[in-house]
Amino acid sequence: MSRAAPLLASVIVALFIALFPLVSGRFMVSLFNEIGIAALVALGLVLLTGVGGAVSFGQAAFVGIAAYATGWLTLTEIPSPWLGLLLALALTFVISLIIGMATLRLAGHFLALSTLAWGIAIPIVFGNVAALGRFSGLADIPAAHLGSLSLASPYRMYYLIWIVVGLSLLFSFNLLRSRTGRAIRGLRGGNTLLASVGANAYWTRVWLFVIAALLAALAGWLYAHTNRFISPSPFDLHASIDYLLMAILGGLGSLFGSVLGAGVVHLLQNELQNILPLFTQYAAQLDAVVVAAIFILLLHFARAGVMGYVLRLYHRWPQPLPTFQPGRNQLVQPLAARPKPEQGKQLLAARGVVKRFGGLIAVNDVSFEVNAGEIVGLIGPNGAGKSTMFNLLTRTLPMSAGHVEFLQQDISKLRQLDVARLGVARTFQHVKLRPRMSLIDNVAMGAYARGRAGMMRAGLRLNRKEEEQIMEEARAQLERVGLVQRAYERAGSLPLGTQRILEIARALTADPVLLLLDEPAAGLRKAEKHALADLLRKLRDDGITILLVEHDMDFVMNLVDRLVVMSFGSKLAEGTPAAVRADAKVQAAYLGSST
Amino acid sequence: MTWDIATLLTVSGLQISSIYLLTGLGLVLIFSVTRVIFVPFGDISVFAAITLAGFEAKQVPGTIPLVAAIVVFALVVEVTSRVRRREWRVIPKAVLYWGVLPLVPCGLAWLVGHFGAPAEVQIAASILLVVPVAPALARIALQPIADASVLVLLIVSLALEFVTSGVALLFFGPDGFRTQPLVPGSITLPGGIPLDMQVVLMICVAIIISGLFYLAFQKTTMGKALRATAVNRVGARLVGIRPARASTLAFLAASLLAGFIGVLISPVTTLYYDSGFLIGLKAFVAALIGGLVSYPGTAIGALFVGIFESFASFYSGALKDAIVFGLLIPILIIRSILIVTHEEDPEELDQ
Repeated sequence: MSRAAPLLASVIVALFIALFPLVSGRFMVSLFNEIGIAALVALGLVLLTGVGGAVSFGQAAFVGIAAYATGWLTLTEIPSPWLGLLLALALTFVISLIIGMATLRLAGHFLALSTLAWGIAIPIVFGNVAALGRFSGLADIPAAHLGSLSLASPYRMYYLIWIVVGLSLLFSFNLLRSRTGRAIRGLRGGNTLLASVGANAYWTRVWLFVIAALLAALAGWLYAHTNRFISPSPFDLHASIDYLLMAILGGLGSLFGSVLGAGVVHLLQNELQNILPLFTQYAAQLDAVVVAAIFILLLHFARAGVMGYVLRLYHRWPQPLPTFQPGRNQLVQPLAARPKPEQGKQLLAARGVVKRFGGLIAVNDVSFEVNAGEIVGLIGPNGAGKSTMFNLLTRTLPMSAGHVEFLQQDISKLRQLDVARLGVARTFQHVKLRPRMSLIDNVAMGAYARGRAGMMRAGLRLNRKEEEQIMEEARAQLERVGLVQRAYERAGSLPLGTQRILEIARALTADPVLLLLDEPAAGLRKAEKHALADLLRKLRDDGITILLVEHDMDFVMNLVDRLVVMSFGSKLAEGTPAAVRADAKVQAAYLGSST
Repeated sequence: MTWDIATLLTVSGLQISSIYLLTGLGLVLIFSVTRVIFVPFGDISVFAAITLAGFEAKQVPGTIPLVAAIVVFALVVEVTSRVRRREWRVIPKAVLYWGVLPLVPCGLAWLVGHFGAPAEVQIAASILLVVPVAPALARIALQPIADASVLVLLIVSLALEFVTSGVALLFFGPDGFRTQPLVPGSITLPGGIPLDMQVVLMICVAIIISGLFYLAFQKTTMGKALRATAVNRVGARLVGIRPARASTLAFLAASLLAGFIGVLISPVTTLYYDSGFLIGLKAFVAALIGGLVSYPGTAIGALFVGIFESFASFYSGALKDAIVFGLLIPILIIRSILIVTHEEDPEELDQ
């Protein structure tokens, strides 16, 4: 994608922010301080909710924890705001980690409701602790200072606040373009895909939650030392909802939306505070009504927010997509490859595997083996239990009885992501891609387990080398399956058959020992099937073992070394394609028995 | 803590439980049919209570113009959507169902307020007045996005609560309301602990209504149709159930329930324009124990939350709300351990 226009826009916005105090009064500068502080919280929500898909109704509580931490420390213990910052961040880190670990296993609205619970409970605690000034709050919090330079004036705080906002945006931008960032972007839509590339969705979500809370904590610290007075009400549920409104209004799909959303909401509330008292004595409450009504309208008519419109306008102009030179980029050192097992050695063994769904036995005492360097086909009529078998082999589903060995190691008790990390990569019968991510980002997800850099290193851009290696690997695998020219298109724009091929590229990026393909040829045209068969043979020659489920018999018979046939959950036959074809039981299962 | 105090707290806990039970039933009813977590539910109870208080003060309650305004707004939304789809022929029917019928209780309440009436009529009028509120609010804010994700519906419903309670402030002011007991007198429990008849009434009503609810939902065809809508809107449509109508029915029944709750609670608690929010949210904590879908589970949850709250307020009146909401987190964690969810549907906010 062309980077020029967004870069230019960022520079213009940054210049505007930098020059703004020179041309405006104290009041507007203070308002912009509030906007910057709120933008930090909203940025956390864009990451957590917009990208990660987890709604939080309690973000203001984290702002409060940090504000009260620094307020209490600087007023009663040590008058150093910088130590206050340290305490604020540390306390928020611990609390958000505990809350996150406790609640982030919950799905969807249960998670949202639990955030509502602590979003209400925590501000009540502020209002009832004597050391925190109860409902009258803490006054005369000392101003921050840089060396001997006091930051008491809003003009000086302004630059501190907006530098923090700028750096946080940069951190978030870097984070999302990294190995962990792609996992974060993959969170929405279920955990199975992430586990299949060796990523832990739960911990990814927990750390994302902590990062969002830390952004809120930065905001809380800035708030305490800008206003120098805190009370419980700016951290209550209404405030949390305001932050959510900012994130959605600005546009959940865009980091910069947080700044826009915070700006629009604060300017609007400022106007309301001027206008509403003319009509009613309950202006403060009515203000909340108007904001809530706008929120409802927004969710009815414009869920993509302001940035949604901006981006749509921007994408009207044709974008030149970057293209790649063919062949490996020699400047990038390839990622370390896994040693491949010796040809013919036993790689995978299923022994007496059983899967029951309630009363239905989907897989009944099936045993077979796959040796290194083979292509083995798993075939059978519809409903034979082939895809279930795949899910059992990869530990996507727990099995009811029996066990599976991979490289002589019992993997029946491992988690799905641990099996993936051992070198078992797979594709899915119902394609699991992230349709709004580009092809290359989808493919790069496959290399998750081959990287090391965590979220902090990614945000600080200390992962440059690894990131280059991963992207080069993803590019190489896209080239291998013939999709490299479309690398920056959205995965959702591909036809279904091609999406299956994209899944293969993602699986290959993981550098697998064993590749499990669930109906890879479905939806492909004849020429494409030939190309796929050639690719799979080439992979076998490179030492990758392949187990595949497929319905297209021509495709299977000409490709595989060996076949395992399943019918109604049981293994029916096993052998070379010719032997299986001649097997009377197999013929009966497929064509019906003549007796 | 002595035995006497413990008994006293348990009794007061049962009284609180009965309110959470009824509210929880309404929430479960709405959620299980529409997937909406209907936060403004408690506000509707408060509307009924304020109406009754107005009658007792020999005034025309401010709730009447408020309800009328909500109804007219819903009517405008309904007619506009019909006009947009060029369904001219159903407009008279829409006006009847969304305009005329819902305004009947308003007229009735106005008559009661203007001319005075016996207590029983006042109570009935207060309950009836709020019946159109939930369906109308849903028609305005929720039905147009009925197919959105649970999360979007939840956010809208939360914002809707801010609107209703804020508007309630405009109409009623910040003063508290309290009404006469529905049944006077008290009995004495063994051990010398007095028990107001009002409390006995609340507990009895809660038990009877929840029993009826359970039967209606589990045993009747209509109950099954409502549940089917919740499970799969498209599927329900295929077998001849109209999701929009089923939703309206659920909101109607819940609104009626909210009216009952309002007149039951107002003699024992002073209510303010924003009291409904906390009632609703604590009932949620109860309903969540039943996973938001189970009536018996909600009953157990309500009992637990009510008694817990009662004992918590003994230790710290100011922190009792924080304690009750804090309780939600361990509940949810236990649920997530006990109940294994399958690969969830993608919950998308901006689609």
